Amino acid sequence: MDFSFTEEQSMLRDTVAAYLADHYDFDKRRAVVTKEPGWRPEVWKAFAEELGILGAPFPEELGGLGGGPIENMVVMEEFGKALVVEPYLGTVVIGGGFLKHSGHAGAADLIGGIIEGRNIFAFAYAEPKGRYNLAALETTAKKDGAGWVLNGHKAVVLGAPFATHLIVTARTAGGPRDAQGISVFIVEKGAKGVTTRDYPTVDGNRASEVYFENVSLGADALIGPADNGLPLVEKVVDEAIAATCAEACGVLRKLHEGTLEYTKQRKQFGVPISSFQVLQHRMVDMFINVEQAVSMTYMANIKVTDDAERAKAVSAAKVQIGKACRFVGQNAIQLHGGMGMTDEMAIGHYFKRATMIETAFGSVDHHLARYEFLSLGQAA
Amino acid sequence: MNLDFTPEENAFREEVRTFIAENYPAALRKAQDEGRPLTKDEYLMWHKVLARKGWVAPGWPKELGGTGWTPTQKYIWSEETARADCLPILPFGMSMLAPVVYTFGTDEQKQRFLPGIYNGDVWWCQGYSEPGAGSDLASLKTKAERITGDDGKEYYLVNGQKTWTTLGQYADWGFFLVRTDPDAKPQSGISFLLVDMKTPGITVRPIITLEGGHEVNDVFLDNVKVPVENRIFHENQGWTCAKALLAHERSGIAGVARSKRNLEKLRTIANTERSDTGSALLADGFFRRKVAELEIDLTALEFTELRTLAGESSGKGPGPESSILKIKGTEIQQRLQELALEAVGHYGAPFLRDLSGSNATVGPDYADGLAGEMFNGRKTSIYGGSNEIQRNIIAKAVLGL
Repeated sequence: MDFSFTEEQSMLRDTVAAYLADHYDFDKRRAVVTKEPGWRPEVWKAFAEELGILGAPFPEELGGLGGGPIENMVVMEEFGKALVVEPYLGTVVIGGGFLKHSGHAGAADLIGGIIEGRNIFAFAYAEPKGRYNLAALETTAKKDGAGWVLNGHKAVVLGAPFATHLIVTARTAGGPRDAQGISVFIVEKGAKGVTTRDYPTVDGNRASEVYFENVSLGADALIGPADNGLPLVEKVVDEAIAATCAEACGVLRKLHEGTLEYTKQRKQFGVPISSFQVLQHRMVDMFINVEQAVSMTYMANIKVTDDAERAKAVSAAKVQIGKACRFVGQNAIQLHGGMGMTDEMAIGHYFKRATMIETAFGSVDHHLARYEFLSLGQAA
Repeated sequence: MNLDFTPEENAFREEVRTFIAENYPAALRKAQDEGRPLTKDEYLMWHKVLARKGWVAPGWPKELGGTGWTPTQKYIWSEETARADCLPILPFGMSMLAPVVYTFGTDEQKQRFLPGIYNGDVWWCQGYSEPGAGSDLASLKTKAERITGDDGKEYYLVNGQKTWTTLGQYADWGFFLVRTDPDAKPQSGISFLLVDMKTPGITVRPIITLEGGHEVNDVFLDNVKVPVENRIFHENQGWTCAKALLAHERSGIAGVARSKRNLEKLRTIANTERSDTGSALLADGFFRRKVAELEIDLTALEFTELRTLAGESSGKGPGPESSILKIKGTEIQQRLQELALEAVGHYGAPFLRDLSGSNATVGPDYADGLAGEMFNGRKTSIYGGSNEIQRNIIAKAVLGL
């Protein structure tokens, strides 16, 4: 048993942290997210060329660093600390994940484009009435000669405004919410019949409503098996959740550290408010939440490669992280008092991101239900 | 002990309901439905309708314009106005300052200030908190020195900074706590001043809150001359006024009727939204339990408030028990906001006060702004004395610890 990081992993963390310290302070980030285009392509370019981190989880023969989930975890935790908005999750973790696992004929080229920073992916899976059920799809792809015709509406597609490619889940057979009959497609965002409505999100990211109207797809647009794509979707989404948990750890650490720092310097009744026992205990509970979240994130990222244990491990972690995001986020604001309510202070921005992570890829209830089923079986 | 309404009370409910239906300003309804920030005029529309009717100040003594309603009638009133989504009457003049004026002010001050509050002609704001004086309000530093003006009259010369002044951007007048005796013990050297916000030396600067709104402000006072006759109660005894005001602020904060209305809205949303299995979200075992628990919590708060109101009608003012209402009331409001945001799933994320200026929503209309409300709602457990301070008050003043 070993929870230590390799030398390469520690170097990766240091490289990312050092770059973000120089280029991604809070004021800079705030200025970027409040105006168009809402991200910095030059930062993405630096990730590709200067830092080389867009290849972190890809095999060396494809030009990557030969890592996997642990490397994603290291990068995402640092991104959480700086509230990075550039689309690493959608591109490297999710786009890259589908390409790696699918055995798609074009995967090597597309991954090469990801590593070089040219290909940017967004994951169009959620639908207006689907909630967190990955199989609840009204988007359809109908066979048309060798290819497909895609129709539908995808909701709140994070990072879509920045994307060159979309990964789209669609129903190719079966009834609503059937596990069977789901296929995954790769769609160029500029393809004829794809329209988007772009908007900011409450946590400073960007997203789109994406509409497909008779979009013609070639046979090579299909990723993974036709009609039986759900296991692949679940695998990649679990990897995305494990990575998002790591981002949450970065966010939670900043919320906790920021609160400790603030309460030590804020004086009321002639003393720092950190000297009040009721606040000390609150900060201890926040600390316990953060540590438990980190533990579960390690657990999930270790087990995410084991298909037998993956789903249960990831849902357990997401439940823990969801609860921690709420408890730590809300109490960080509470202990900052009025100052925590201001747009000017970073703490509120971490709180907003924590709140969105709480329900990303499924709320606490969703993952608790999934865990219950996997661990305890069907309820009577 | 019984919970029945008398035929007279039921008739009163009918009368209130009809009055609202026939008199609620259509322009205000439209502005509320659009969910945009209200203008100053819009904020006051309903207030002015009620002032003409004589129903704007149910909490005031009858001889000063109060309605003379029984606690049950007041309860019916708050239920009906919440049920109809009426804009709450701004509290600053009506329920915060006015009780101080009619309890501690001179007859002249009552005549001078109460009509403007009643009729909604004068917009009041609060100058209590300071950057260094929040929970520890008595440590406030804004200084007021007695001077004789060129006109031979007596003034206070006020210097300092107030913060978290809600809607101060619209205010005509403000009530301020200032330090008039720097050498006395913190609570002993404070005076309660009424200040015309147009007086030279006052600067109001917006504070943007985390959800992007402009509700609160910093107020800077630089050599502001305030006539001595604008002081309420004795010099250096303003803390007595301040405490009375805070107790009133707290009892109003429970917001039971509003929360009941918001619970109804939550149920509507959760009946429309689909769960993972495609059923109504409200049929989902996890979600419905949370809603049920919240309903029970709210019922407990409602009956605690009713007991408090019954006590008040028998002559007790709002006491330290009002801290219970503040704590539970704000926790329930926040829980409602969390559950509403949770209910809408993915559509909680879009930020629709879109940078390009377009206001068209994506997703269901009811999802619009829920995240902002939840973020903004975190203030309720901070303001009016944080919930930690409220627990201190109960520990000390109620439990004698």
